[in-house]
Amino acid sequence: MIITRVFNWLTDGDNWKDSHLNTGILTQLEAHIRFTGIALAVAILIALPLGMLIGHTGRGTWLVSAANAVRALPTVGVLVLLTVIIAPHFHGRTDTGYLIPTEIVLVLLAVPPILANTYAGIDNVSPAVRDAAAGMGMTGPQVLFQVELPCSLPLIFSGLRSATLQVIATATIASYVPLGGLGRFIYDGLAQQDYPQMIGGGVLVAALALTTDLIFATIQRYAVSRGITGRFPRGRPAVASEVQSAVLTGPEVSHA
Amino acid sequence: MISAAGTSSSSSPLHFIGYFMDHRHEDLGWLWSHTWLSVLPVVIGLAIALPLGWLARRHRFVYPPLISITGLLYTIPSIALFVMIPPILGLSSLDPIQVPIALTVYSVALLVRVVADGLASVPEETLQAASAIGYKDLGRFFKVELPIAVPVITAGVRVALVANVSIVAVAGTIGMSNLGQLFTTGFQLSTPTPYYPPIVLGIVLCVLLALVLDGLVLLLNRILVPWRRVAR
Amino acid sequence: MIRFDTVSKHYPDGTVAVDELNLVAPSGQITVLVGPSGCGKTTSLRMINRMIEPTSGSIWIDDVDTAGMATHELRRRIGYVIQHAGLFPHRTIVDNVAAVPLLLGHNKKQARTRAVELLERVGLPAHFAKRYPAQLSGGQQQRVGVARALAADPPVMLMDEPFSAVDPVVREQLQDEFLRLQGDLGKTIVFVTHDIDEAIKLGDQVAVLRVGGRLAQLAPPQELLSRPVDAFVAGFVGRDRGYRALAFTSAGTLSTHAEQTVALGGPVPSGSDDGTWILVVDAAGTPHGWLNLEHLRAGEETVTEEMLYRGGTLATQGGTLRAALDACLSSPSGRGVVVDASGCLIGSVTAREVLDLIEARTAMAS
Repeated sequence: MIITRVFNWLTDGDNWKDSHLNTGILTQLEAHIRFTGIALAVAILIALPLGMLIGHTGRGTWLVSAANAVRALPTVGVLVLLTVIIAPHFHGRTDTGYLIPTEIVLVLLAVPPILANTYAGIDNVSPAVRDAAAGMGMTGPQVLFQVELPCSLPLIFSGLRSATLQVIATATIASYVPLGGLGRFIYDGLAQQDYPQMIGGGVLVAALALTTDLIFATIQRYAVSRGITGRFPRGRPAVASEVQSAVLTGPEVSHA
Repeated sequence: MISAAGTSSSSSPLHFIGYFMDHRHEDLGWLWSHTWLSVLPVVIGLAIALPLGWLARRHRFVYPPLISITGLLYTIPSIALFVMIPPILGLSSLDPIQVPIALTVYSVALLVRVVADGLASVPEETLQAASAIGYKDLGRFFKVELPIAVPVITAGVRVALVANVSIVAVAGTIGMSNLGQLFTTGFQLSTPTPYYPPIVLGIVLCVLLALVLDGLVLLLNRILVPWRRVAR
Repeated sequence: MIRFDTVSKHYPDGTVAVDELNLVAPSGQITVLVGPSGCGKTTSLRMINRMIEPTSGSIWIDDVDTAGMATHELRRRIGYVIQHAGLFPHRTIVDNVAAVPLLLGHNKKQARTRAVELLERVGLPAHFAKRYPAQLSGGQQQRVGVARALAADPPVMLMDEPFSAVDPVVREQLQDEFLRLQGDLGKTIVFVTHDIDEAIKLGDQVAVLRVGGRLAQLAPPQELLSRPVDAFVAGFVGRDRGYRALAFTSAGTLSTHAEQTVALGGPVPSGSDDGTWILVVDAAGTPHGWLNLEHLRAGEETVTEEMLYRGGTLATQGGTLRAALDACLSSPSGRGVVVDASGCLIGSVTAREVLDLIEARTAMAS
């Protein structure tokens, strides 16, 4: 039974540790999280302020459309192209040569959902709320940070989660170019016809994705005001219908 | 400077047209399989998602668990789903059918939510008016609810198709024959010096395919919903 | 006092929203801006707190030119209430109300304590404080909007159609409470509405604006009803303005006739003075409705609520001529029921008597 062999591969303690022949699961997991974390941090630093600015001022919406168009690009192709262009410059320092194109692709993937959702979140804030905020004497930055940002958190989180899933998925493919990370087990297993390893790698990637999304969902639960999510205590329902079903995962994700 | 060979015309990125002419038989085969791998799962996915979405709309208690499960499926990265499907279904470990199955899973996961939300966007007054003039359950669904939900569903189908074109290429990296093979080929030919034509050709064909499929859905939507211009 | 000094607002596409507006909104009074859509009433209001900048002219608040102040400081000193309340959905009600004091750097605890007081003042019990806007009805949200505008105790309040998004019953309630509140607070208020009835009910003075942003007439409501300056104002003020103007004239103490009554729950009488109608009152003397003795059905021997005609309105002694006349016109017996301040029956008047009173008043005025 292949499932038993996959289970054995996953539960074999030797597979988790590094040896002189193989890199263990823990090391690859750490590498995978590192690639993902760097890309997300850079993407957030670019997309979040930009999305907030575009949403607040209403200027530069073409940037959001342009970023969305990037989604039509086949990720593998862009990854291979950038690797072929960049890697030779780092001859002898192989890992950097593969790391840079990978991170570029990952950032390129993560920016559109964060940018689009941040923009949409801020743009969606009710005109009456915005009017009241300015009318009571909030300055531009106060309106942005005290009102628009907290109100758009559900959409921003959904963009962030969407971006994270895509980055985790694509970091797996980075093993193809070839870089470390959990994808290593999939592509090595394929090359060596070691199917338990290949499938085990798939299971690990799926587990990482699900765990990360769960962590973000938990943070979101505490970060977003109950007044926006509509989760009220003692089963008292919302009277007004303005409460939107806030959490939006999934649909914008494109797995590549 | 990349290398001396990089400047020769045959490895120039712009040579992809010439590369296509030299290998068009193989390339067109890959384009064809890439196309049906992108389209068929969405069609099957829609056929499964419509009754499920209708169920979620009809019985409100079905909606939350259905959305949670499909959301969970959508969280699994494509390459992981590809390699996990054969053992789950008892297939041999590299079966060409695993890719369309994985993509169908994604399409269903995405479209169930879209269909349910699209149906939910039909105004309550419209439903009551339809019942008042005598439409029964299924008649009302096909003649009233579904047509009104078409623009929302169309938007979901477009997202699914464009995403699929990119995911199918991923399957190329584990040996499936489609446009992803162009990237594998290009990557292998790029040692020791870069050889761009197949890589650029693959990107161009994938983008073109995505654009054409997207355009066809828009066209279909315009035929199905003549009373309304397409929601972007 | 707010003073518009030849204020105009032109848009780049050539639209003239406000055209050389001169207007004074006196301190402690409600000035209502009213007019059809496109008359520039909201634009005029929003130029006061510089949500919109005038193209030319200047606006003065207590002899200070608003153009010389930093916008956010100007706005923090002006209460602002808008149509859909615009409450912050992510903040609790108490924090919504405390928003401006917190912007002004007031102590957080004090701001919240005062916010809860204000909530009670606008008719919301203290337990609403910890709720979120989404848990409130439209009318409740609007009360919070008013409390929020009052929180920093600004001398000036701007209100842009604050009651037009709620249903008519709640609207009337909010209007009454607003008038009561203003009676206590005496703010300088500029109030925008498209509803002439609301303008007449709330305004100490009413400015009627015409399309193109020109002031058509500025007058107290009664004068607006009795002496509209032109056909536009006359048309806008409405057809039954003669009748509505009666709402501004006290009926004085009406001399009433004694009215024969029967007790609710008591036996059905065999006859009445006019042969048909008899007034039904409860033990406290409060009128409940009229009983038609000709339309009694078999077996109806005690007077119950279900048997009553309730169409008639009540006139309060010392109320307006309009209320007195309406009580007569709406009564099935033709006799208008007059009650005292606590709602107890005093007696009745006829339409003829009220009309005589109106004629006497008109003769006196001219």
